[in-house]
Amino acid sequence: MKSWQYQKDISGCGLSGIINKNGERVTGEGIICSIACQHDRGNGLGGGFAAYGIYPDFKDHYALHIMADNLDALHAAEGFLNQTVSVVHQEKIPTRPNKYITDPPILRRYFVEPVKEGDRICRWPGLSDDDYIVRVVMNVNRDIKGAYIFSSGKNMGAFKGVGFPEDIADFYRLDEYAGYIWTAHNRFPTNTPGWWGGAHPFTILDWSIVHNGEISSYGINKRYLEMFGYHCTLLTDTEVVAYLLDLIIRRHGLPVKLACKVFAPPFWQEIDQMDKESKRLFTAIRMVYGSGLLNGPFAILFAYNGGLVGLNDRVKLRPLVAAVKGDTVYMASEESAIRAICPDPEKVWAPKAGEPVIVTMNKGVSTTKKQPRISPACAGTW
Amino acid sequence: MPEHGNFMRDKAENPMEINAQGIYYKDLNDMIRKAVGNGEENFILRNVNGQRYIADGISKKISMEVYGVPGQDLGAFMKGPRVVVHGNAQDGVGNTMDVGKIVVEGMAGDVVGYGMRGGRIHIKGDAGYRVGIHMKAYQDKIPVIVIGGKAGDFLGEYMAGGVIILLGMFSQDAAKPIAGIFMGTGMHGGVIYVRGEVDPHQLGFGLIPKELDSEDQKNLKMYLKEYCDDLDIDLRKVLSVPFKKVVPFSHRPYGNMYAY
Repeated sequence: MKSWQYQKDISGCGLSGIINKNGERVTGEGIICSIACQHDRGNGLGGGFAAYGIYPDFKDHYALHIMADNLDALHAAEGFLNQTVSVVHQEKIPTRPNKYITDPPILRRYFVEPVKEGDRICRWPGLSDDDYIVRVVMNVNRDIKGAYIFSSGKNMGAFKGVGFPEDIADFYRLDEYAGYIWTAHNRFPTNTPGWWGGAHPFTILDWSIVHNGEISSYGINKRYLEMFGYHCTLLTDTEVVAYLLDLIIRRHGLPVKLACKVFAPPFWQEIDQMDKESKRLFTAIRMVYGSGLLNGPFAILFAYNGGLVGLNDRVKLRPLVAAVKGDTVYMASEESAIRAICPDPEKVWAPKAGEPVIVTMNKGVSTTKKQPRISPACAGTW
Repeated sequence: MPEHGNFMRDKAENPMEINAQGIYYKDLNDMIRKAVGNGEENFILRNVNGQRYIADGISKKISMEVYGVPGQDLGAFMKGPRVVVHGNAQDGVGNTMDVGKIVVEGMAGDVVGYGMRGGRIHIKGDAGYRVGIHMKAYQDKIPVIVIGGKAGDFLGEYMAGGVIILLGMFSQDAAKPIAGIFMGTGMHGGVIYVRGEVDPHQLGFGLIPKELDSEDQKNLKMYLKEYCDDLDIDLRKVLSVPFKKVVPFSHRPYGNMYAY
């Protein structure tokens, strides 16, 4: 994008996430209030949100969000989509002017499905729908200059850019969306440019991730992912986590909990203390997925249509707090960000380093039938 | 309120109340500093939620009660105040504090008392990772942190002086061990007292749990009496279980680490 602003300064970043296990959708004000409470963890060079359950009318189609530097780039991307997918609906991503959000790219969304064999000519016959869409995203992001697909899941979407998150939310009109999972990020870029594509969340299919920290293993992770057809094009370390989630959980079929142990495996000294079975398991994990280990400090929140997960690095070099009230679970960098929208949680705790907090949807809930609820008023922020 | 209401009020007796709801941290701290400059000695802050840097660098013996959850670096660099938090605190409580006391009636986050050089931090419940790292002492300035609950990894890492007391009595998680791993790693001064037993694998390289001597017993009782008075806890119950201590095994524990 045009507005790279290189910045190197002390690190912060703020995270917040909310999930209603019963599939009840709430409007965006709550998550905006929570992340705005952590305003000073960021520096205005990146804000973003992921929301699940927001496109009930197109819930069976992949929602592709595209940002483009100019019309040429947009048309090139659209040309590629016309060759590879069937578009059932397309529109501008609705925005409203915000004085702090300057020079945004062109923002469009397309609800699509892969072109099937026998319809038009299928570009990559034999691939599953998910694999096909991953390939579409990778091709656009790698080959079309100035255009990026920054969201590609079903019934979910990422909204991000350069600015503080509360201003990004206003710009994208997130108060008008209702979701049963929300995540938010307030960015303080330290090693990579603050540009629209580099804001969090990073996504592929319905995986989204927001991250506070630095992934020093980026180079190893990136080269590993390239062997499986994932190309990192967004110039930020966190991008690898989105693709690792897709590779390890969706394609390789590891349970979420075990995938977290790929990212933050037990130390060898801890493995030495384990019983025989666990020792075998974790030794195998470290051997097979050594290139998937995330080195460096991190607190991450990742989400998919079925749940929300919080995870710290193995020595807890970044903060993470969780809380529960009823069917809703909250996770954030700071307890105050939770209390801003839930003043009286039933339980508040600091998750242990390397131990994921996995929250999955209750069995059999529908996320599309219930009427969305207006988020409660913002209590504790300025 | 009459125009001179504030002036007429007995500052020593009647605390100044501030409703912090919706106030940005800079404005809140400006307000407090200005009032301290005007001779206010007692404060009650209500509806605090995430405001950073409260009581930081204040070098007067003021007293402050905080309702809600104060933000990062509560009481950093402070030199004198007594701060009581009626609730949980976040990360960086008492960062490099010099003189005074912070009492937390709930839990505290990570890096409590980082580089602390004097004063007291009394936490009723659990504390996070890296509590008391780089603590130091000089002559009669001995910083003390008491944790009523349990602590995370790296407790007292690189400690150069001062006292950490870990009780494990008021934790919200009964199943977890009293402390994480790497306790006292690289410590070369000070002492960590632990109520009950310490599993040696929780300790940093080269450290072993030791018995207390009579000097230890005397000091421990003195520090714990003050803690129990502050938090309304029965001292006899706290002392009903013997303690172990962790002290440096050498003045330069890693002197040869990179000299092979």
